[in-house]
Amino acid sequence: MTDLLEAVARGLGTGAGYALLALGFVIIYKATRVISFAQPALMLAGVVLVTYLVKVVGFWAAVPIAAVVTAVLALGVERAAVRPMVGKPAFAVAIITLGVDVAVRVVVNAFIGLDVRHVGDPWGLRTVTVAGVDLQQRHLATLLVTGVLIGALFAFFRFTRMGLAMRAAADDQEAALAQGVSVGAVFALSWALAGALAAVGGTFATAGGGVDAASWLLALTALPVIILGGLDSLPGAVVGGLAVGVLQELAANYQQHAPWLGGNVSVITPWVVMLVVLLVRPYGLFGTPEVIRT
Amino acid sequence: MNGRPLLHSSYGSDMALLDTRAKKVAAGAIVAVALLLPLLLTDEVLQLLALCCVAAIGAIGLNLVTGFAGQVSLGHAFFLAIGAYTGAVISGAQGGRVIGFGITDILIWLPVAGLVAAAAGVLVAPLATRLRGLYLAIVTLGLVFIGQHLFNEWAALTGGVGVGRPAPTLELFGQRLDVTDAVGTRDQKLFWLMLLLLLAFAVPARNLARSRVGRAFAAIRDRDVAAGVIGVNLAGYKTLAFAISSFYAGCAGALLFTISGFMDPSSFSLLLSVQYIAMVLIGGAGTISGAIAGAFFITLLPRLTRELQAWVPFLSTQPNEVPNVFQVETILYGALIIVFLIFEPRGLFGLWVRARNYWKAWPFSY
Repeated sequence: MTDLLEAVARGLGTGAGYALLALGFVIIYKATRVISFAQPALMLAGVVLVTYLVKVVGFWAAVPIAAVVTAVLALGVERAAVRPMVGKPAFAVAIITLGVDVAVRVVVNAFIGLDVRHVGDPWGLRTVTVAGVDLQQRHLATLLVTGVLIGALFAFFRFTRMGLAMRAAADDQEAALAQGVSVGAVFALSWALAGALAAVGGTFATAGGGVDAASWLLALTALPVIILGGLDSLPGAVVGGLAVGVLQELAANYQQHAPWLGGNVSVITPWVVMLVVLLVRPYGLFGTPEVIRT
Repeated sequence: MNGRPLLHSSYGSDMALLDTRAKKVAAGAIVAVALLLPLLLTDEVLQLLALCCVAAIGAIGLNLVTGFAGQVSLGHAFFLAIGAYTGAVISGAQGGRVIGFGITDILIWLPVAGLVAAAAGVLVAPLATRLRGLYLAIVTLGLVFIGQHLFNEWAALTGGVGVGRPAPTLELFGQRLDVTDAVGTRDQKLFWLMLLLLLAFAVPARNLARSRVGRAFAAIRDRDVAAGVIGVNLAGYKTLAFAISSFYAGCAGALLFTISGFMDPSSFSLLLSVQYIAMVLIGGAGTISGAIAGAFFITLLPRLTRELQAWVPFLSTQPNEVPNVFQVETILYGALIIVFLIFEPRGLFGLWVRARNYWKAWPFSY
């Protein structure tokens, strides 16, 4: 039982990291109707920046600085590669972001080198024991930060003028434009938000360990998460992230009972879960079914 | 029709594969030059060009499903892998370290590799008929990850990561096709073989594109709801598109590693899928000749960047120094995809159309 609870707690911790990464994808999707395959590169850029800054300014200053710099990088990507494609098919824009990802990641990898770079977070792998269950401090911190950021995002979308503009543009771009909403600014802000979320999410998802050239695959785990939750649902991204995290840890915990699946089966659990859910619900758990008309 | 090449007096001549004399002459000349190339070029270049031909078969397959039928697939690496391992298992030695049936004739393992991959494509198709656009792209992306896990772990099939297994044996009626003999060197014969196979795969694809099936694909791509309304069986044709595309991918996958002779499960990663997407988009989505041009361009790109080193002296050819040619190559993949999609979405084929139209109206072109 303790074993199960510990696995669930670990799952919620990693899942919170996935939720942050997934929120970035969903914010971009809601604003521009495009899945940004550039998120892995942005995440990697943010995390690598943290690993360099942490020695200079400490962890708590490094994360916001990295988030801001990554947001600026995302703004640049949006301006240079995505804005010229407004009105083109979503597939073409998605492939452009794939090209951005491939190109940016080469530059970031040059800063990583061949070794693993340590994130330098204050928790490492230390645990606290609550009612006989060992909880990792980094997972508690991830959950806390995710909670705060989700609250802030909710407040931003609900109570600010720009948040209202973003919701309006997501609803109907032309109607929002007619009401004086600057849709270009909405695009830019959503990319910047996604970049910042990728940096923070990536940092907490790799906290306690390190980052190497293969860490970008972590951000791709957010893809099954957003499909599971529904591409255009912010709550779906959070629920999907936590669910995928827990399922992944449970698979890692109990995989010795099914050796024929091979080692590291937890790596593909999110994708398998996604396939199964899509066969039953083609728009994910909370996604809006597309209304088709000619 | 001398002097009036675009005047067609029958449906047959309007729909012909090579509908003008210029096209007939040019196509004939290209094939003739290609057949004579092995007598002019060095073995090293020929080996690379043989690889280009195989990649072109795979790119045509991806173009059929993505360019013609409009179903975005990022999972091409998965189908290539299925073909590659089916071919390797059928032609592999019996009783060795990895599974093998010892049937080495190319006439058996090549079609079977294609058919097994096509069967996998049909299995994926139910998802494609339920999903559209980016949902489908991500599901096919998932296939690559699930496939990679499978191939990494199933060592009896693939030899395991870092070890690998030998590629299928190129043998026809008991004769090895990849040995140097009186006819030519190994690489000359490989190039001729792959070129003939490319022709054998490209012509049916081109034929399919102008048939009833090809028109149905185009209708689904342009607007699937409208296609359904005019009586195109959406589920059937989407399944067919995935099956044909996977068949091409399976055959290309089985041939892909016969040139180097060895294959490792880590080859079939997301990067391979991205390369094929790049071939289709840079070459020109929805055209067979574009897919071939794109495949040649992307496959020759590593070689071209290595030539670049002579011009840009601060680039290193060692992978552990920065900046090196391998980084430049990867950045070029990304940058070329972006540049082509923004400035010429029709790809290399579009560039050719522009040049042709300019000279067609010359000197009154503007």
